[in-house]
Amino acid sequence: MMEPGVPDRHPDRPRTFWTMRRRQLLWVWGFLAVPVLFYGVIRFYPTGQAFWLSLTDWDLMSDPSFIGVENYTRLFADPQFGRVFRNTFAYLIMGTPISLILSFIIAYALDRVRFGHTFLRALYFLPFITTAAAMAWVWRWFYQPAPIGVINDFLSGFGIPQMAFLNSTTWALPSIMVTAIWAGLGFQIIIFMAGLRAIPNTYYEAARIDGLGDWAILRRITLPLLKPTTVFLVVFSSIGFLRIFDQVYNMTTNDPGGPLGSTKPLVLMIYQTAFSSYQMGYAAAQTVVLFTILLVVSLLQLWVLRERT
Amino acid sequence: MTTAPTAPALAMPRIRPGRIVIWTLLFLGGVIMVTPLIFMFSTSLKTAGQVYDLRMIPAAPTLDNYIKVLSDGRFLRWFFNSTIIALTVTLSNVFFDSLVGYTLAKFRFRGRYFVFLAILSTLMIPTEMLVIPWYLMSAEFGWLNSYWGIMFPGMMTAFGTFLMKQFFETVPDDFLEAARIDGLNEFTIWWRIAMPLVTPALSALAIFTFLGNWTAFFWPLIVTTSQELYTLPIGLSSFAVEQAIQWEMIMTGASLATLPTLLVFLLLQRYIVRGVMLAGLKG
Repeated sequence: MMEPGVPDRHPDRPRTFWTMRRRQLLWVWGFLAVPVLFYGVIRFYPTGQAFWLSLTDWDLMSDPSFIGVENYTRLFADPQFGRVFRNTFAYLIMGTPISLILSFIIAYALDRVRFGHTFLRALYFLPFITTAAAMAWVWRWFYQPAPIGVINDFLSGFGIPQMAFLNSTTWALPSIMVTAIWAGLGFQIIIFMAGLRAIPNTYYEAARIDGLGDWAILRRITLPLLKPTTVFLVVFSSIGFLRIFDQVYNMTTNDPGGPLGSTKPLVLMIYQTAFSSYQMGYAAAQTVVLFTILLVVSLLQLWVLRERT
Repeated sequence: MTTAPTAPALAMPRIRPGRIVIWTLLFLGGVIMVTPLIFMFSTSLKTAGQVYDLRMIPAAPTLDNYIKVLSDGRFLRWFFNSTIIALTVTLSNVFFDSLVGYTLAKFRFRGRYFVFLAILSTLMIPTEMLVIPWYLMSAEFGWLNSYWGIMFPGMMTAFGTFLMKQFFETVPDDFLEAARIDGLNEFTIWWRIAMPLVTPALSALAIFTFLGNWTAFFWPLIVTTSQELYTLPIGLSSFAVEQAIQWEMIMTGASLATLPTLLVFLLLQRYIVRGVMLAGLKG
């Protein structure tokens, strides 16, 4: 901090006004001017506008007119929304636990491997830095019927009957979810490994002296101390699954969100409402619902997983 | 798990059967993880007739698909667009996020807490909620189908600002004070003294921002309608739809979109993994 008593080194300036402190404040707001403008115009104003548009019937053609909560009542009465809502949570409820359990097991094992560690880690991490849109097409190809599709071709080699995958209303959603899990797994493994490294060795040494076995150490030391990392990953991966879009869009281009809407998540519904049918007001209401879902799910998770001390 | 624990450093690297089993399982899992990438690349080297022959190594590898895909120049154009956009947004984030993070970490002034909370609160707002207003804004100002239209929402991020603030807090005040006494102005102090002290954080931020923008799909899909302005993921997606069932062509496009980042990763693996760890833990 500046000493208030330091004399100004410019005698020609009025000393009483341009103190060091004042000049520093000028720097501060100079640094913050563009960012404050940015956050105001590109973040806060649009947020308010989204809330406001959700109360209008705007369709880009005519001027928006206020219709109260009509968009919301319409949305909750829309049978398509019921389906989309269930799909969105299906991605979350299956995707998050599966990806977290898998990534923890892999990180835990990988952390103990010295031989070829960097190489093995690279294998798991590579999918994370690929482009989701590109890899969705690769997976789409994998899921094709034999003889085109790699998976069905492989299965038929063992005499296992064909799976319809993306053409089945039951299996399309899990198939897309596998692609999303695959894409995010590397990140979660790396974060879990960082969390494991951060646990001081003294804890393990003490536990070993006390005669605890591997399983007891895992349950009583590793998992509790890893909790902040786990909480972060639970929230982070849940938000990711609730906002799934790239994979669904690219794997179902012939009937977006199909077959029969069985894979359509909320973000795809928003995209179609806004940019295929141009019902901006209705779409804005859907984005507000998405915002609410994300907020409620995150807060709920933080509350359930909070530190009980 | 049946292996002995990592009683670190001192433990002799005795070979135990349990360890070999775990290593093998990890290796097989890793192979499964990269299988889609390997198939993508190997199919891109096959002719249309060989696609159904699912050999990993093509019988007669050929670059014909690449020549065909690249010949109309669209992929090069998209590649160029993506590079310029991801680089510009990354530079902007490295500059502004750290400038704001530094200001919030190292100056005491009225409104500091308010500005910090305001920026942090934007983390809760999903992009999807902002795209409709952004679209209207872009239509209004003629930003649709322009680089600026694709870039402007990401020029600064709350995540980056928060990350940089965390790191600047570890920079000792004495360093900055000494520079002040030497008569350096505040901008120079930030740029010349403080920034070099947080280079690991800067590279983590740069890696994250670049990757995020290089692979971004939702907003570029909305704001671009002309092929000229597509980014690589949007271009690839439209190209794949156009190719219908010519999987060898689609795989070639997917390889073109993916391999550059994979190569960069293999070269910089240590830094990238460390950056992801840093950003993930502090962020």
